[in-house]
Amino acid sequence: MADALHTLSAAELGRRLAAGTLTSRALCEALIARYQRVNDKVGAFTHLDQADVLAQADASDARRKAGQGRGPLEGIPVAIKDNIAVKGQPLTCSSKMLAPLVSPYDSHVAERLRAAGAILYGRLNMDEFAMGSSTENSALRKTFNPWDLARIPGGSSGGSAAALAAGLVPLSLGSDTGGSIRQPASHCGVVGLKPTYGLISRFGLVAFASSLDQIGPMARSIEDCELLLNALSSADARDMTCFGPSDRGLTPAGDAKKLRIGIPKGFLGKGVAPEVAAAVNAAVEFYRAQGCAISEAELPSADLAVPTYYVVATAEASSNLGRYDGVRYGHRSAAAGTPVEMMTASRSEGFGPEVKRRILLGTFVLSAGYADAYYVRALRARAKIRAEYLAALAGVDVLLTPTVPTPAFKVGEKASDPLQLYLEDIFTIPANLAGLPAISVPCGKSGHLPVGFHLVGAPLSEAKLLAAGRLFEAAHGYAHQQAAL
Amino acid sequence: MSNAPSDWEVVIGLEVHVQLHTRAKVFASSPWGFGKEPNEQVDPVVLGLPGTLPVVNREAVEKSILFGLVVGASVPEHCSWDRKNYFYPDNPKNYQLTQKDFPVVVGGQVEIELPGASRNVMGEHKFIRIHHAHLEEDVGKLSHAGSGSLVDYNRAGVPLLEIVTEPDLRSSAEAEAFLRSLVAMLTQAGVADCDMEKGQLRCDCNVSIRRRGAEKLGTRTETKNLNSISSVRDTVIYETARQIRELEAGRSITQETRGWNAELARGYVLRDKEDAHDYRYFPDPDIPTLKISRETVARLAKQVPENLYDRQRRYVEKLGLPYTAASVLVNDRALAEWFEAAVAAHPTNPSGIANLVANDLLRDLAASATAPVSLESCPIKPAQLAGLVKLTDEGVISKQQAKEVFAEMFTSGRDAAAIVDAKGLRQNSDTGELEKIVQEVIADPAVAKSIAEYRAGNEKAINALKGPIMKRTQGKANPVLIDQLLRKFLA
Repeated sequence: MADALHTLSAAELGRRLAAGTLTSRALCEALIARYQRVNDKVGAFTHLDQADVLAQADASDARRKAGQGRGPLEGIPVAIKDNIAVKGQPLTCSSKMLAPLVSPYDSHVAERLRAAGAILYGRLNMDEFAMGSSTENSALRKTFNPWDLARIPGGSSGGSAAALAAGLVPLSLGSDTGGSIRQPASHCGVVGLKPTYGLISRFGLVAFASSLDQIGPMARSIEDCELLLNALSSADARDMTCFGPSDRGLTPAGDAKKLRIGIPKGFLGKGVAPEVAAAVNAAVEFYRAQGCAISEAELPSADLAVPTYYVVATAEASSNLGRYDGVRYGHRSAAAGTPVEMMTASRSEGFGPEVKRRILLGTFVLSAGYADAYYVRALRARAKIRAEYLAALAGVDVLLTPTVPTPAFKVGEKASDPLQLYLEDIFTIPANLAGLPAISVPCGKSGHLPVGFHLVGAPLSEAKLLAAGRLFEAAHGYAHQQAAL
Repeated sequence: MSNAPSDWEVVIGLEVHVQLHTRAKVFASSPWGFGKEPNEQVDPVVLGLPGTLPVVNREAVEKSILFGLVVGASVPEHCSWDRKNYFYPDNPKNYQLTQKDFPVVVGGQVEIELPGASRNVMGEHKFIRIHHAHLEEDVGKLSHAGSGSLVDYNRAGVPLLEIVTEPDLRSSAEAEAFLRSLVAMLTQAGVADCDMEKGQLRCDCNVSIRRRGAEKLGTRTETKNLNSISSVRDTVIYETARQIRELEAGRSITQETRGWNAELARGYVLRDKEDAHDYRYFPDPDIPTLKISRETVARLAKQVPENLYDRQRRYVEKLGLPYTAASVLVNDRALAEWFEAAVAAHPTNPSGIANLVANDLLRDLAASATAPVSLESCPIKPAQLAGLVKLTDEGVISKQQAKEVFAEMFTSGRDAAAIVDAKGLRQNSDTGELEKIVQEVIADPAVAKSIAEYRAGNEKAINALKGPIMKRTQGKANPVLIDQLLRKFLA
């Protein structure tokens, strides 16, 4: 029953591959067949080199046969967000600006996946340069929520979440600057983890906001998420902000039933849809019933997070995206003129409206005469938010909130209202500002639409977040649900 | 020598950009060097490909710290990098990584020596304060060909130490002396090669004038990208004269950025204050603040060579060298160390060694070298030169013969003693034979008059007897011994 392969977890696929009842080629062929039937409906992938995938699968099968298998990910396909460099594959960031670009080098995570024997499986759609919460800002194609094809999958890692929910691939990589892994994970009913800042190398991740960006694993189950996290985490001398797990070591998970869970005061108030609040409250009651200590947490500066984020992130983005000018690679305007005129025209043509909006905003907040009022103040607010989160996490193991205030909205519904869209990330942004690990775990439905809860922990407490998620998942079985397509 | 008429004082501050002597670029592992094909020395990081990140080159930081130690700066506990944002095709990321708030070098001073009245006379010494020095990345080179533009990123990412002085310089001569002293210190410490023909040292020159005695600084102009010491000197002279002319005509000085056309020896306006860039500096999020350990500083402190002018003072005061020879030797660390190795082998006559090194050796090296003069390929080793001076001092050969032996040593690389023996130059010190010749000469009536004069108290008259003795020994007699014997027999 080859067709059922797309419903299986990476862990189960790994067991079958190890047992010799499945080959990587058979698995990849089944997924390619699924891709051919489903991808046009969902729009998760922007690129899939089928011949390359099958060649990788054959190489994996040969390794395994020769007794040179590389571990639990050997032969398992991992799809990759289109802002993470894989040698020989497109690296477009779903932007017209980079549409012609093929990466000449591997990111650190691509190297890690190759070393683990994984199949580097295709490129996933995203909001242009990871700026957005609906994947509607992709210049390449639309992506739809597999649970309701009229709705957005979330973003910016919308392709990564939709591909999992649609059974197109068992594992995917996303990147998260303000919630770009966790928000689409919540909307698509999958697990998404943003690691501690510095746990996974950013080498090869196209920068949006360097001090906030992290690559993270996405999967349909906690077990799979952990499998992928373990493969990705390692120190890397090419990223000076990356220390990996070896330096300080991850905090051991401990007994999930003894976790102390903080509920930030006021977070379940205005703006949170009743069905979302109900699902998250049910999760809280579940943990209480398991024996976890539930308490209220104070985060008085939480309201500053979104404005702080939109100053810090856009400031860094305005500089990070400066390099796209048509001189060395990417889109070059056909309009002749001086080099500087060519650069200006290339940028005007190559970037979409949301990217331009953020570059302009970031340029403004760094400008002479304004930097003190905006950028410097935002850095102070960021330090305050981080201090408050660390203080709260000194008393509890995790902080629990909804991942997103409302379920996935309809395509086009908020396209004309960027400020409304920015509030999608209100619960996820603080973890980026504070550099903390956070996870979104599916916890029910609002009608037919998935809802997730969000856990934030102290630095390097990923194992605790995963243990809490595993406890919930084991009792609820959301990991086995998949959208019908 | 001042360029300003006496009622005007010129005030100069320099920003000196020096390419550091490192194997790799400052934030990438790509090597760099001169004379490669365009875009040969690039990698994904240098080109700023999407997803690449800078990694600070330890060697470049250490060379910067070493410079700080050379000029007596304080080495901070931490330094960090900032982004300077501006768009230009030679700038692969459209921002330059530089150090705005926490540079690697803070303070320090450079001793300079102004020209003396003649080359044999030491000029005035001054100290020029360093404000700070920061480590940044160089940019590529843009050139225009036909209807298009070409860009070469080989230079992009080359480590550049920008050394910023206080406005302590008061004349073109001081600016020139400062740069010469700075170059000597940088090269002697191995921090940089400072090859100006390869663009390894470039200057921005800030000039203002004020009435002599006034405290308030005048409005300054900045002339950018001067690539030789003479361009800096000429710019100061030009800009001083221009500013005096403006002010004396009742006009004011505009704060502006200027360029320099070396061929026409003229400055020109690049942009005025209104067009000044807003670089939107902010701390680079990719490079964490770098801690500079005291262990590193202590290790680097051991690499600091003796200061140029400390060495010069030591040569003059302790070794008794004439200023001229001392000043030649100290300008080149390898030459000074070569000299000191020779002195160590023959400590009693440093001046004799210095004269041979500063005159004969440098002259012959310059004449024989095709490439830059190198002591490494010098056929004479320090101990061999010491041996030659020793033979002369002991009277085994004359100074005239020493020149001949030196020439032979430079050709063959053989020891002085071996050459002296092979050529039969060794002066005759056989007392018995020489006594006989001395007595014969004294008996010669031709010298009777000189003998009488000597005995009457004219010391110099004895010299008239030495010529005939030398003649009869074919010049091989030891002059010291001849003198002793003459005085004995005439006593």
